[in-house]
Amino acid sequence: MSKRRRGARVAAAMLGGGALLMATACGGGGGEEDGEITLVLDTFGVMGYDALIEQYEEEHPNITIEERNVTDLANYTPQLQQNIAAGSGAGDVVAIEEGNIAQFLAQPDQFVDLNDHGGAELEDNFLGWKWEQGHAADGQLIGLGTDIGSMGMCYNVPLFEDAGLPTEPDEVSELWPTWDDFISTGEEFTEADTGASFVSTIQPYFRSVVAQQGGEPFQNREGDLVVEQTDSTREAYDTVTAMADAGLSASLPIWSEEWNAGIQNNAFATLPCPAWMLGHIESTAGEEGEGQWNVADVPGEGGNWGGSFLAVPAQSEHPEEAAELAKFLTSPEGQLSTWEEANVLPSSPEALESDEVTQFTRPYFNDAPVGEIYSATALELEPVYYGPDMQAIDDAFRQALESVEQGQAEPDEGWDNAIEEAQRATGER
Amino acid sequence: MTSLQHGAPPSRPPGRVDGGARTQDRDPRRQARARRRLMWSRLDVRASPYAFIAPFFLLFGVFGLFPLLYTVWVSLHDWSLIGGNEGWAGLDNYARLVTDPVFWNALYNTMGIFVLAVVPQLLLALLLADTLNRRIRFANLFRMTMILPYITSIAALAIVFSTLFGGEQFGLINQLLAAVGLEPIAWHGDRYAAWTAIAVMIDWRWTGYNALIYLAAMQSIPKDVYEAADLDGASRMRQFWQITIPLLRPTIVFTVIISTIGQMQLFTEPAIFDNSAGYGGGTQGQFQTVMMLVFEEVFTYQNYGYAAAVSWVLFLLVVVLGLINTWITSRIRGAE
Repeated sequence: MSKRRRGARVAAAMLGGGALLMATACGGGGGEEDGEITLVLDTFGVMGYDALIEQYEEEHPNITIEERNVTDLANYTPQLQQNIAAGSGAGDVVAIEEGNIAQFLAQPDQFVDLNDHGGAELEDNFLGWKWEQGHAADGQLIGLGTDIGSMGMCYNVPLFEDAGLPTEPDEVSELWPTWDDFISTGEEFTEADTGASFVSTIQPYFRSVVAQQGGEPFQNREGDLVVEQTDSTREAYDTVTAMADAGLSASLPIWSEEWNAGIQNNAFATLPCPAWMLGHIESTAGEEGEGQWNVADVPGEGGNWGGSFLAVPAQSEHPEEAAELAKFLTSPEGQLSTWEEANVLPSSPEALESDEVTQFTRPYFNDAPVGEIYSATALELEPVYYGPDMQAIDDAFRQALESVEQGQAEPDEGWDNAIEEAQRATGER
Repeated sequence: MTSLQHGAPPSRPPGRVDGGARTQDRDPRRQARARRRLMWSRLDVRASPYAFIAPFFLLFGVFGLFPLLYTVWVSLHDWSLIGGNEGWAGLDNYARLVTDPVFWNALYNTMGIFVLAVVPQLLLALLLADTLNRRIRFANLFRMTMILPYITSIAALAIVFSTLFGGEQFGLINQLLAAVGLEPIAWHGDRYAAWTAIAVMIDWRWTGYNALIYLAAMQSIPKDVYEAADLDGASRMRQFWQITIPLLRPTIVFTVIISTIGQMQLFTEPAIFDNSAGYGGGTQGQFQTVMMLVFEEVFTYQNYGYAAAVSWVLFLLVVVLGLINTWITSRIRGAE
């Protein structure tokens, strides 16, 4: 018996040893030879860091930066969370998206307090709400802001022309001071019978309206689900389901192949456009889409959808150097460089007010003055707090909204389903 | 044969017992060496088979058995990705599962798609194999073609089928329906339409695979049996049902079990059929399978404990269903 037990223990030890070996093999955090340091930078989507990395390596000859980019945020965040939880495998500097940051803020032990590395003096480099969003509940500074996603409304010029609507951005913006006006414009558009729909799917409009209202639309800072207590969330839900009711939606699920085909084939006339959405339209519609779209103001107040932060995981072997890199990349000059490289909108007021941003026009979108549109709304934004379970709750609402616009559920039924799923996500059910 | 009797001591030639033993007695070192050699060869015979198969069992132990058993442990706890083990939960996760409508919905979908996919798939595979087993032109070409869907990448499959089963506006099938004046089908929205679409994807990929297995088995059936039947005037149909099927019984049992295991863990096809990034399986879970639910609990909700419980129940269901299917198929009248 005792012999057998020892055998089991040896086996367990071997297993453990193997696991350790594998863990160290995966955790390529960074090597150090004669002061040479490799910093790993984890990013997703398009963040525009190529020029900055080159510049930084030139200024710091002992540092090599390795950028590991994942295209799809939906793949990136779970992977990052697993690496953080495992204690190894994450980069020395990691990008975190706005909608997911709460889940990481809830694990302050896993991140370096950037206040210890001179972060506290950087407050003026960021919009107030962006600065706040990077802090954990106890005041630890976890994330420094990179870009923001303030909003415009993209519209399809030929379709607007077909429907007899104005096509100049100023006039189009005047069509819809409020979301109700937006819906009546949509009804007018639908009556003109162009063969296209006014909206692709109501989900992005929901995200836009929710973002505009600010506050705590889904979860409060204690992590409790407050959807049912927040009137504005239900109002946003009712606003967009009214669009579906009025028959404005093409019911193409967002990000699906069909939705992309809709962009290519001018199947819908409007799309809420956070700054980063322009890049998606341009890459999806390709050359043929040039000059098809323009950008107007969004109905209602400005709002923010998306944008990211840079953080330094506590597991980094070079926290000092990593923090310096994060500060460099998020500095006003760094943000201007990313604006020039990838058109991601800066979160630094200084950069936002610079001529490089405000005077910028985008030829692909009929020379729309996108710099002016986005920077103007960015300065007057309401901050939004998304809770730690944002991704799952967002998924729940997306499913509910799609079931309503596809005619599988009444709005009330869809709302109840979304609440049920959200409760599942937060562990209340 | 004698060399394989591991247990028996190697027999000594009788003539050498006296003389040989005496010479060895005189030199104790040589005697010891001989004994050692004997011991080694005995050990070699007894132990080396185990040593040869050890790598598999070691790897299986680390990557198969350990996670399997560890899942049981996890399923008895509240366990999340961030917090890790959050305390003993006993059978709470299993109790929750029994009353969880989402689980039952997923199980209903899994079983529904299973029936819808596997039954036509295996029947079709049998017919295909029977056709290809006859003397036809370009037989090898056709046989090779059958396996093509199986080796086509999943990504290509996803693109093709999402175009076929798209919505009203961009779906190929719906455009054809519209061209002949029929109502469009909500492939993703309607539960049974979604099941059908997924079953088509599964069958497209796996029918050829099963047909090849059947074909291999059919080719081992002696031709004279058919010739005798021909002489007796049995029709082709009758030959198929009364010779081919009974002789294929072990192969059919095999394919049914493999399909049962595969289909109960169905994940890839419905997941790529889904438009959204998560594992919800349609806007109202119309085609969320049990395996998708496991993924959703782990990756969306980070609820490891409950996901572990669901996967264990799924494991048990696979075993039970496998046994039932074996029992049913073994009732096909055998050849003897």
